[in-house]
Amino acid sequence: MSPPVPSKILTDDVSLLMVLIDTNPHFWSSIKPHFSFSKFLSHVLAFLNSILLLNQLNQVVVLATGINSCGYVFDSSSGSVSQRAESLLPKLEEFAENDESLSERDDDSGNGVGSSLLSGSLSMALCYIQRVFRSGPLHPQPRILCLHGSPDGPGQYVAIMNSIFSAQRSMVPIDSCVIGIQHSAFLQQASYITGGVYLKPQQLDGLFQYLATVFATDLHSRNFLRLPKPVGVDFRASCFCHKNTIDMGFICSVCLSIFCKHQKKCSTCGSTFGQAKTLDPSASQQR
Amino acid sequence: MADKQQQVVVKRARHKSSVKDPGTPGVLKLTKDRFTFMPNDPSSPVKHNVEFRTIKGHKFTKDGTKQALLNLTQDQGGNYIFEFENFPDRNVCKDFVASAIALSGEAGRTVPEKSAVPIQDEQLSAAEMERRIKLLQEDSDLQKLHKQFVIGGILSEAEFWATRKKLLEQNYSRRPKQRVALKNDMWSTKPLADGQSNRVTFNLTPEIILQIFAEKPAVRQAYLNFVPNKMTEKEFWTKYSRAEYLHSTKNVIAAAAEAAEDEELAVFLKQDDMLVNEARKKIRQVDPTLDMEADEGDDYMHLPIQDHGLPRNDNKDVLDSQYEPYRRSFSQHLNQHAAVVLQGRVIDVELGDTRSVAEALARTKHAELAKDASDVYLDKERLERISRMTEIEDLQAPRDPAVAPLSIKDPRDYFDSQQANAFSTLGDTVSGAKQLKCSVSTREAYCSLKECISEIKFQGLTEPTINSEVAFKVLNGLAQNISSNKYHLGRNPNESVLDSLPKITREELLLHWSSIQELLKHFWSSYPITTKYLLTKATKLKDAMSQIYPKLQEIKESVQSDLRHQVSLLVQPMLQALDAAFAHYDADVQNRSARSGERPNGF
Repeated sequence: MSPPVPSKILTDDVSLLMVLIDTNPHFWSSIKPHFSFSKFLSHVLAFLNSILLLNQLNQVVVLATGINSCGYVFDSSSGSVSQRAESLLPKLEEFAENDESLSERDDDSGNGVGSSLLSGSLSMALCYIQRVFRSGPLHPQPRILCLHGSPDGPGQYVAIMNSIFSAQRSMVPIDSCVIGIQHSAFLQQASYITGGVYLKPQQLDGLFQYLATVFATDLHSRNFLRLPKPVGVDFRASCFCHKNTIDMGFICSVCLSIFCKHQKKCSTCGSTFGQAKTLDPSASQQR
Repeated sequence: MADKQQQVVVKRARHKSSVKDPGTPGVLKLTKDRFTFMPNDPSSPVKHNVEFRTIKGHKFTKDGTKQALLNLTQDQGGNYIFEFENFPDRNVCKDFVASAIALSGEAGRTVPEKSAVPIQDEQLSAAEMERRIKLLQEDSDLQKLHKQFVIGGILSEAEFWATRKKLLEQNYSRRPKQRVALKNDMWSTKPLADGQSNRVTFNLTPEIILQIFAEKPAVRQAYLNFVPNKMTEKEFWTKYSRAEYLHSTKNVIAAAAEAAEDEELAVFLKQDDMLVNEARKKIRQVDPTLDMEADEGDDYMHLPIQDHGLPRNDNKDVLDSQYEPYRRSFSQHLNQHAAVVLQGRVIDVELGDTRSVAEALARTKHAELAKDASDVYLDKERLERISRMTEIEDLQAPRDPAVAPLSIKDPRDYFDSQQANAFSTLGDTVSGAKQLKCSVSTREAYCSLKECISEIKFQGLTEPTINSEVAFKVLNGLAQNISSNKYHLGRNPNESVLDSLPKITREELLLHWSSIQELLKHFWSSYPITTKYLLTKATKLKDAMSQIYPKLQEIKESVQSDLRHQVSLLVQPMLQALDAAFAHYDADVQNRSARSGERPNGF
């Protein structure tokens, strides 16, 4: 349990930073030649320590996103003295052990890099933030930073969107720093909707510089700092039948599933569509 | 046989008195101000010569149905039904009739300044027309669109307004529907008393009279009975005021004495029997199956303070029973007043005429009584419910719950369909790099992860954390990125590119944009094309769009060179949308012509 925040007046730039670290082992081994997990960790630890140095009342909480579980590995406000970020290492090791033990035996042949449980760690981060909100009127301003590299897990789409909307409601920006090969559509949308910053660094060995320049800024300072904006967010939809990205299509009026061709029945919700050919001209709408 | 510009239209038609009637064949002749129908058989009595002034509207069957009918309706309810041999004939007559009606009805209708006479294609009520005209007058953008498309003949009136129903309704509901409710304060029984003389003045306004009649049915009944037979209105109210005065003095004995003398006064002083009956009826309607727990707080019988907390001035000596009817209970009065206020205004009659107010109230009360009396079904239902609730539970057989079974679909189906969806989205956003395959087993992957962690644990963080050249490059890159964004997207996030354009260009662009939106909306909604009507509509829309297309190109070229890039960025999506529409149209036409090669009669 974190000790109660002292009743000094909190200045504008006190922040609570929730960092979600992607610990998907498949992803890290696939990216090994370019960037190793240890280098990544050293950049991130230096960054976390520098956040704690910016203001005495800053708090940092780190969550690890595995492929079978998520867990807290570091909380700077636990214990009587603010801890250094290195103390997360033993916990991280424990977490990796735990995660491994949860994975299934028969998964020996790798078939592509799986996705990590981003929705789980987002939810845990939001729960922690809610607890902080309810701890009293004096609390630091929370934000979430996702250091993510694994590809987006399609099964988590709905859960991630729910967490994004709940973050939007509580006005918690979600920053994303994508260290993988490809852009992440989920995180692009997350940052866009919640007002955070989305960045895909060009040079991974300068990660610390990216983190310190862009993601160390607190929410108050963001009002007068200019941070990188993505050129555009890919909001295009894909049709559910052929999985092609389309600009124009047919939409089921019940569940809003998208199809590129006229269908008799919606494959998602099962509602039947009306006839296309009728005598009444006004009824020939796109369904 | 006649084209639209001509003044006279002559067609063969049959006149029918109803839709089923085979009809009398003849010739229908339409001129600007009247139509005449002459049957082929000269001896037939069916001859008509009607001016368009008396015709208020026209209805017609849709193209493609069994009969080509045109129904001209009059104000008083009469109508003339004509059946034509084919639809083109009927349509010619229909258009002529529409313009003739519009012309003849124009005199009685206010026309907006731009002479936008809406072409009546359907039966419209006057209220609807008014709403539309008002909406057009208020919103000048809408008026421009309307003028451009409806008057220009590209869209019909019905189509234009079909997508704007919400706007019309909003307008309509903006009219205040609230009415002023009854006042909550009870009519003060403290009249204005002159200190010097013995006169007491009461003020009665129609509003107060309404409340009195609503609260005290006996007074209302008395009014209906006495006025104007036995006394005038003024006398009636004088007596009533006297009764109120007596009550206010709380002198029950004096009240009884006066009542004994004056019969009419007695009516006001006694208890209100009608109220008692109403209360009794209400009590009977209370649902006995309602489970209300009573607790100490509900025990008001034994409170030291009587009358629900209101202190009583006079002592509680028991008066003679003959005086009982003249005692008035404040709590009863308060309850009755509250019930009346909550009920609100039941009648709509103007308050000036007291008699009509009284009668109207009496009527509503009678109607309620009659309704209650005839509500046998309700009673039966209540009895049934009572019997059901008082059943002894453990003697009953288990009853099936009266609910429909849930049908929860397997969520996996939904998610699985999302799966490939998300994969393909990713595939599109990959900038040239393919997904890395991980050919390492899970255990090995975890091993290497843990190795990395222990590496740091033993070696510590790398020193220096970051190479200075790399850091410099990163900073430069970021700065450039941010400044180029600023250049493209504007200094101030709230400022838009449009503001930096000259005014004329901006207006034109906005106008084109809204017209394109409207046209595209109607264009896409008419696909898939199943009837001829839709085909003509799509063609008209496509022609209109192809007129706008070159205008957009012109704008792009006419702008100054430093703004040209931004304008082309703005215009680009418009052109793309139009291109997509044209492509779709052409493909469809091609398909259609390929198909009609097989079938000679089109579709």
